[in-house]
Amino acid sequence: MSPLKISWKSLRSKPLSSALNMMLIAFGTGILTILLLASTQIGDKLENNSKDIDLVVGAKGSPLQLILSSIYYIDFPTGNIPMKAAMELAHSPFVKKAVPLALGDNYNGVRIVGTDSNFVGLYKLQLQSGKFWQADFETTIGATVAETQKLKVGDTFYGAHGLTGSTDVHKSHPYKISGILAPQGNVTDNLILTNVASVWKMHDEHEEHDHDDHEGHEHADAETHEHHQHETKDADRELTSLLIQYRSPMSVVMFPRMVNESTNMQAASPAQESTRLFSLIGVGVDTLQWFAVLIMLIAAISVFVNLYNSLKERSYDLAIMRTLGASRGKLFLIVITEGILLTLAGTLIGIALGHLALEFIGSNQESSQARLSGFVLLWDEIYLFVAGLGIGIFAAVIPAIQAYQANISKILAKN
Amino acid sequence: MISLNSVNHSYNGSAQISFKDWQISDGDQWLLLGASGSGKTTLLHILTGILKPSNGSVRIGDTSIYELPARELDQFRGRNIGIIFQRPHLIRSLSIAENLRMAQSFAKLPEDDKRIDEVLGSLGIQHKKNAYPNELSQGQLQRVSIARAVINKPALLIADEPTSSLDDQNAMAVLQLLLEQSGLNQATLIVATHDKRVKDAFTNTYELA
Repeated sequence: MSPLKISWKSLRSKPLSSALNMMLIAFGTGILTILLLASTQIGDKLENNSKDIDLVVGAKGSPLQLILSSIYYIDFPTGNIPMKAAMELAHSPFVKKAVPLALGDNYNGVRIVGTDSNFVGLYKLQLQSGKFWQADFETTIGATVAETQKLKVGDTFYGAHGLTGSTDVHKSHPYKISGILAPQGNVTDNLILTNVASVWKMHDEHEEHDHDDHEGHEHADAETHEHHQHETKDADRELTSLLIQYRSPMSVVMFPRMVNESTNMQAASPAQESTRLFSLIGVGVDTLQWFAVLIMLIAAISVFVNLYNSLKERSYDLAIMRTLGASRGKLFLIVITEGILLTLAGTLIGIALGHLALEFIGSNQESSQARLSGFVLLWDEIYLFVAGLGIGIFAAVIPAIQAYQANISKILAKN
Repeated sequence: MISLNSVNHSYNGSAQISFKDWQISDGDQWLLLGASGSGKTTLLHILTGILKPSNGSVRIGDTSIYELPARELDQFRGRNIGIIFQRPHLIRSLSIAENLRMAQSFAKLPEDDKRIDEVLGSLGIQHKKNAYPNELSQGQLQRVSIARAVINKPALLIADEPTSSLDDQNAMAVLQLLLEQSGLNQATLIVATHDKRVKDAFTNTYELA
């Protein structure tokens, strides 16, 4: 009969109060687990999506909004920028790679992004079937889009104006799917990619005859044709934003200032804005964290009261154990083991519940852009484990010391 | 050989109780008589090593028990002294066999199921081995508490008012079991009581003034 077994048996003999204590601790730990997992995953996602993008140039407005719309595709764009000015920046010596973005349409809530082949290089996109978009109105769709919208290569669909909703459908031009991306684990899983010209043409009714011309042409032919056409018209065209990769670290200092001071556009750094966004979310996370800590504290007090009360009932039991040869140290061990068993079991249940709950939340999430998963283990969870252990010791130490110091002669004589 | 030498005790400076010297040979069966308040419980606690007297010494065999360090005294008590209380007081969360196993492990003796069967058998309650204390009658519980006291074959068996809460028939039965078990385990027996019914069974009597 080890002290562990005696403690375990004692807990089992009062299942209700043991269960209550474990539930309290499990609840607190569960919330902390969810917070830990969610904030880590959100942080990772923010970082993943903006990994290779040093700067976003767009219309003046909120820099956070610019980042949200051009990197995470969740907010509305700040406005448009003139193609001419954008191209000047793209050819600046500070810039290694510049990717144009033209937003404005959606298909069942999935954003249609007009861009060029640099986008493929920037996100290192891989195909799972078909090929990348080439001609106008050809699209390559993200893996998640294909899955949720049940689209395959060769299908056609109509885009709708705006970033959500499908009331204002562009019936004149159907999009055709030429390829499907392999799952990338970032925002591109949820995008429909096409060329910039398609997005423009969708909105220019007077250009409709041009489009008719294109049909039936060979792809390569269409591209050169389109290219020529753009050279003449680029000046009037507009883009939503430009994703920039710097040529050298020097650019970090010079380039944003240049954009902000000498052009009508603004430059926003994804790293900076993500940090700012995260610190905004952080306020909520902090509040919840304190709430969970409070629950844990209440749990600790509950375990303490439980042990303290049961010690009063059990003082005679403990005295008997002493007469049977148990040392003071052994009684201390038995009582403290009881506390630790309670909180440790509660902690484990809480961590498990936290994972399950987050998986449940994730599977019910609307926007799959930031889908959370519960089936991820983090090293940091070991701290939750340690905290559980600490609470057990904290709650049990006073009763354990009392058991240690008990005057058994007095207890036995009272009866 | 158990001896009590010039022992006296006082609780926090209150009136001092003195106990006359007492020599007990191995295997003797003694009756400890005294009215309530005469210091009977105090003497029993002193004899069992759970209350250090203000003065004097207690020797069990070759050991002066209050000269032992605390841990060793606990272990010594577990191995050499079996105590039977007025009420059985078993650990409710443990089965009968587990209660006895606990007594073995607290004394740092190997857990021995054969010995448990043997003792429970000799007390006629072997079939209750895996039952829990709340499933047993008062008489059965008192037998289990005797089993727990003798499980480690102690040199000294001490019973504190073992019969006072029992009816005549059960009182006699318990007394018989105590005498029988002390003989069976070659233990010296001391029964403290104010119960007149048990007097006749003993030849040796230590009376408190």
